[in-house]
Amino acid sequence: MRIGMMIGAAALLAVAVGGAARAQSFDDPKEFAAQRAMMSEKAEGPADKPWEQHIGGGMVDTAKYKKPGPYKLCFSNAGVGNPWRVVGWLTMQAEVDIHKGDIASFTVADAEGKDDKQISDIKAMLASGKCDVLIVSPNTTAALTPAVEEACKQVPVIIFDRGVLTDCPVTVVKPIGGYAFGIAAADYIAANVPKGGKVLALRILPGVDVLENRWAAAKRILDEKGIQVVGVEFTDGDRAKTKSIVEDYLTRTGKLDAVWMDAGATSVAAIEAFEDQGMAVPIVTGEDQQDFLQKWKQSGMKAVAPTYPTYQWRTAVIAALRVLKGEAVPGPAWSLPQPTITAENLDKYVNAKMPPLHYAMCGCEGMPDYPQRWTGK
Amino acid sequence: MIETTEPRPAAPALAGRPPAALSLLRRLGAVRPAYWVLILLLVAITVASPAFLEPNGYMNFLRRAAPLVILAAGQLFVIVVGGFDLSVGSLITLVVMAASLLIQGDPAQTWWVIALLYAIGLAVGLVNGLVVSWLKVPSIIATLGALLSLKGIALAWSGGSPQGYLPDNFRDFGRLTWRGIPGIDLLPLAVIVMIVTVAILWWLMHGTVLGRLLLAVGDNPRAAELAGTRVRLVRTIAFVVSALSAVTAGILLGGFAGVSTNVGDGYELQAIAAIVIGGAQLLGGRGTVPGAVAGALSLAALFTLLNLIGLPKPLRDAAQGLILIGAVGWSVWRRRRGGA
Repeated sequence: MRIGMMIGAAALLAVAVGGAARAQSFDDPKEFAAQRAMMSEKAEGPADKPWEQHIGGGMVDTAKYKKPGPYKLCFSNAGVGNPWRVVGWLTMQAEVDIHKGDIASFTVADAEGKDDKQISDIKAMLASGKCDVLIVSPNTTAALTPAVEEACKQVPVIIFDRGVLTDCPVTVVKPIGGYAFGIAAADYIAANVPKGGKVLALRILPGVDVLENRWAAAKRILDEKGIQVVGVEFTDGDRAKTKSIVEDYLTRTGKLDAVWMDAGATSVAAIEAFEDQGMAVPIVTGEDQQDFLQKWKQSGMKAVAPTYPTYQWRTAVIAALRVLKGEAVPGPAWSLPQPTITAENLDKYVNAKMPPLHYAMCGCEGMPDYPQRWTGK
Repeated sequence: MIETTEPRPAAPALAGRPPAALSLLRRLGAVRPAYWVLILLLVAITVASPAFLEPNGYMNFLRRAAPLVILAAGQLFVIVVGGFDLSVGSLITLVVMAASLLIQGDPAQTWWVIALLYAIGLAVGLVNGLVVSWLKVPSIIATLGALLSLKGIALAWSGGSPQGYLPDNFRDFGRLTWRGIPGIDLLPLAVIVMIVTVAILWWLMHGTVLGRLLLAVGDNPRAAELAGTRVRLVRTIAFVVSALSAVTAGILLGGFAGVSTNVGDGYELQAIAAIVIGGAQLLGGRGTVPGAVAGALSLAALFTLLNLIGLPKPLRDAAQGLILIGAVGWSVWRRRRGGA
């Protein structure tokens, strides 16, 4: 009884606090509209090499950085703590191999997901004098900004993946963005689930800007269509937790029309929850991970896979070399195309020979040592 | 630790009361708090979601609770001898990663790999036991070290991200459910594994000499040694039992959800919490397998209830912490008052 009262009180408190404290900063209607527009805009550059394309934006003159090669490249990596980063990192190394003739050295520091380590990594690399250019994939946005500003004074800097709060880098390489990811998944649900349908939203964790943007975009679209969001849960990227949450919601609501996910790592676990209950699998959104694509193809379920392409790890190297050669690069933001995998083009990306956690949008198929480098054999 | 086990002389003072009601009250009072907590939580779940009473509801619950139940029942052996085994969560991670790396999706490899996993568990348990018993390293430190090294080995071996995948015959341990069985309708394989494992552990703890030796060593190692007990051997066996149960839990978890680098995280503390709810005494000398099982089921029921109510995550964690403290506090208070 007392437990019940406590939970009741906690629930009331939650409603009160949750309602008041909802931050608006991650839901910017202007940015939402801008990214939606970019999704249908035609990319400039070679169509068969999306990692060299860019959408909108101007070009940055880099004549002042021009110097004779071969070049010494430095890369401060936030970490390789998840499969997306592992695939990206392998792809980046392959890109460096392609440009062997232009690259004298490629110095890398892995920050292992720690801000303080990345800050000291950057300082140490610059102090060593082995860097003509510095590529940074920041661990967190705000914490790395001062270190990047300091680096900008010494060498040209290329940022990719996550951003920094300064415009001193020559260019910032990124896909269209988090809103576009959320839009792609939610548009598909809105088109295939009737008004009043039940959707469960599964998110990895709160507080990361690109992930918050994904959900903000999706929520806007689902609300507009009048689709009922029966729950928003954080999975910590844990497959077991994801499966349990979906099972609990099935017990509670009886049925779900769709599961929206802000990242694909646990999509297969969500699908298995339906399978294990002997239920038909509804719409489940994912990402370009092979395990999800293969499941999708085998089961013939309804799905869509927005991507956050790992080929941006190639672009960072390409940008660094162009800057040192004095060639103009797209900037100050180099927005890469951000394709969505649908039932129509699924066959192009699914590949049973690749590991289950390989990301199909690596742009790595024609690279040296494909596929061994990516299969770990 | 000296405890009185004689019945309390309470009856004469209450001689005027009707004896039937009294004995009922007394009998209710003698039920361990763990069972009350479990019953309360199950009732709360049923109120939150009546579907829980259908086979689909409670069988799913048991299937999901199975890894924690097995882990808690195994961990109990270490707790009873007065130690801690913090390495079990990382051992689960290692088991799942090793299984996927070695099997590589080939169903024909599953059985020898499972045998190898138990060999790994045996080795980990032996090392833990030897370090604690012969090097005299406190178990909380020794197994914390093992926690870090096992996690490190798992991540280094796999390159930091999951590789390979588990074939269906391995996944069956967490996913397979027989349907259409008379009476209960559903029967998940994981529940059978749980029942068999718990039965073996129950027999070891309460039906063999080993169980009595474990309790004796945990209660008073010096006295046990003077009485001729091979204390080091008994302690080592406890760590081996815990590690082997962690391997079993790991196989079920890998089967349930597949490969990931964070599988097993935090399970060591959940297992210990479950045991304490179950009425065992940290630092040894007291504890039962049924109590640990009830504690683990209570914890699993609590997670399910909080999921069902749909509290936001931070409040869910806070409620979980409060209820844990409440349940354990109740156990301890009751024991101090002189109960079982």
